[in-house]
Amino acid sequence: MPERTPLDRVRDFFEVNEGYRLDHAAFEAERCLRCQDPVCIEGCPVNIPIPDFIHAIAAHNMPEAARLLRTANPLPAICGRVCPQEVQCEMLCHMTNRFRPVAIGALERFVADWERDQPVEQISGESTDKPARPARKEKVAVIGAGPAGLVCAGELARLGYSVTVYEGLHAPGGVLRYGIPEFRLPKDILDWEIDMLKRSGVEIVCNVIIGKTLTLDQLFDEFGFSAVFIGSGAGLPQFLGIPGENLNGVLSANEFLTRINLMRAYAFPESDTPLHLGKRVAVIGAGNTAMDAVRSSLRMGAEEGHIVYRRSEKEMTARIEEHHHAIEEGVQFHWLTNPIEILGDDEGWVTGLKCVRMELGEPDESGRARPIPIPDSEFVLPMDNVVLAVGTTPNPLLVKSAAGLETTPKGCFVAEETSGRTTRRRVYAGGDAVTGAATVILAAGAGKRAAEAIHADLNEDAGRED
Amino acid sequence: MYEILEKHTLTPITKLFRIKAELIARAARPGQFIILRVHEAGERIPLTIADYDSETGTITIVVQEVGATTRRLGALEEGEYILDLVGPLGNPIDIPEGGHIVGVGGGFGAAALLCFMRSATLRGDRTTTIVGARNKDLLLLVDELRIASRNLEICTDDGSTGFKGFVTERLKQMIDGDPPGRPDYIVAIGPMPMMRAVAETTRESEIPTLVSMDPIMVDGTGMCGGCRVTVGDTVKFACVDGPCFDAHQVDFDEAIRRTKTYLREQETACKRLETEGVIHAS
Repeated sequence: MPERTPLDRVRDFFEVNEGYRLDHAAFEAERCLRCQDPVCIEGCPVNIPIPDFIHAIAAHNMPEAARLLRTANPLPAICGRVCPQEVQCEMLCHMTNRFRPVAIGALERFVADWERDQPVEQISGESTDKPARPARKEKVAVIGAGPAGLVCAGELARLGYSVTVYEGLHAPGGVLRYGIPEFRLPKDILDWEIDMLKRSGVEIVCNVIIGKTLTLDQLFDEFGFSAVFIGSGAGLPQFLGIPGENLNGVLSANEFLTRINLMRAYAFPESDTPLHLGKRVAVIGAGNTAMDAVRSSLRMGAEEGHIVYRRSEKEMTARIEEHHHAIEEGVQFHWLTNPIEILGDDEGWVTGLKCVRMELGEPDESGRARPIPIPDSEFVLPMDNVVLAVGTTPNPLLVKSAAGLETTPKGCFVAEETSGRTTRRRVYAGGDAVTGAATVILAAGAGKRAAEAIHADLNEDAGRED
Repeated sequence: MYEILEKHTLTPITKLFRIKAELIARAARPGQFIILRVHEAGERIPLTIADYDSETGTITIVVQEVGATTRRLGALEEGEYILDLVGPLGNPIDIPEGGHIVGVGGGFGAAALLCFMRSATLRGDRTTTIVGARNKDLLLLVDELRIASRNLEICTDDGSTGFKGFVTERLKQMIDGDPPGRPDYIVAIGPMPMMRAVAETTRESEIPTLVSMDPIMVDGTGMCGGCRVTVGDTVKFACVDGPCFDAHQVDFDEAIRRTKTYLREQETACKRLETEGVIHAS
């Protein structure tokens, strides 16, 4: 897929990938073998009919491609950009054995972007996909306007339910809004997807925190909702617990990215929220969040962006493309390097990161080789900021205020994988709130399955009432 | 959008707003806070809920104009709207019944004591509010606090009214047995240096003392971790674990140092407000 050159893109937040043109896309689509056993579909958490929509592109039948895509995935423009296709559909593509796989993700994005350019009344959500279903009398509440909640809400609206999504922040989107930077997912694409949901009848209420502003009980007893889906994500940042973590200039990746993405710190002082960065920024961790943070630091004006990771490149969890883009943009990688202390000056500002070199041992409980410190190998990386991207856990605000909801020791909601049913009747959960921090598409899949379960359960309730 | 129903100018840089926010007013308890945003490019700032009324569906906040956002807020008038308002956030103040509860308010922190002192008084506790300011013109909500607590002690640095001296000096006298008597519990709300002074004043006597921390914060729901406060051996998030903590355990040096992270940017933002004439310098 065409992309902007590193020098051109590294100082702004505009999108890196430029997307296919129709001739590119049709050419790439021709590469699909239309296998008898389309295993790519098995690799997709929402089972998009991949060969069918790709065939429609090859046949230049874009409306059909868009229809096929959107019926399976309500957020195609987003997933086409942020899914780790290389470990999902594209990994299973039969072309991978001898050549490179069909660029399924890039084609997904192409179709979704084409759709976005069409007059709104022709879009599948309205014309081809909106079923003539009778309106349902039941109301369903969705907690959290991130990927899980938005997809669940969209599916329920399609099934005829009246749906209200409660969002704690002042803008919907969840991690798509506050976490993923514009150079990977432009906000106008997110806004467009959310507009589509609103047009389909979903109501989104911001600035309401379930567990604080309203309780789960109030949603049932006072507001008359028949079912509630929890998609409250995994928003609580973890810290390492090493000395110096509270020095000025140390931030969680959540704070760092929220200041930039949600609060638009890159426009300061035109926007009121600042971000105080020095010349050298170290990001600890090697997942997608870490890559987003380190690449954002360069765009915010830092001269050096560093990734510090205690494991090796092989154990990195970031998408290959993000890693590749980070290398192109000049990010420096410190593999097998474990931070043990953040150093500061007399006034409490970060001056450096004390690290120890690691080597790989036997596999640990995660199945990855366990990093072991090499004795007497401490050294200091001079730094002005340290950003911690070492994972997040679900937010306990809701659990604290709701009886009957079981959680795991890590704070994740206990929910059936196939239906999202929790330990409380007519309460469902999905996405990062259940799995811990994972991917957008897994959250979308969970939201979709929960919507189906809600539909089945409410049908059953209605049957009993009759 | 949240309508401003009432605005009062308490001092030249301190404004009180009564705002329509029904859900927050119903859920709020003393000690909790809200986060608001004034305009589309605005930042999110936390403010303690000074008072709330579930019957009228309103909350009261008191704002001291120190940065760009508080100045923009201070310039809003009755009938205008606040763009975003979310809450109630944080935990309510939790103090056992039956003792002598002393609230210590410094500067505009006095306002934040209002609903807490009233609720303690109404449940039958012996209550004393100590408020302090540089001079009598800078005292806030004295009449309201007098009604909300059994005793009101006023301190001014220049002695223009009440006790001449700091709130901590008056507090020390009470700990030593002066009327209205030794406190059993103390809640201090105000600037961090003042809360640290209260913590030092009560440390030796071991009287349980709570301070309401207002560190840098973005979301207010535990998501950013910007509001980390070291309390004893552990790091707490003021937004979800607080905002009130055991004063004797709080690392104030660190907390005060952390509030200075964005001083330079605050200056830039204020200058911009003035030069662009968005708001006149007060």
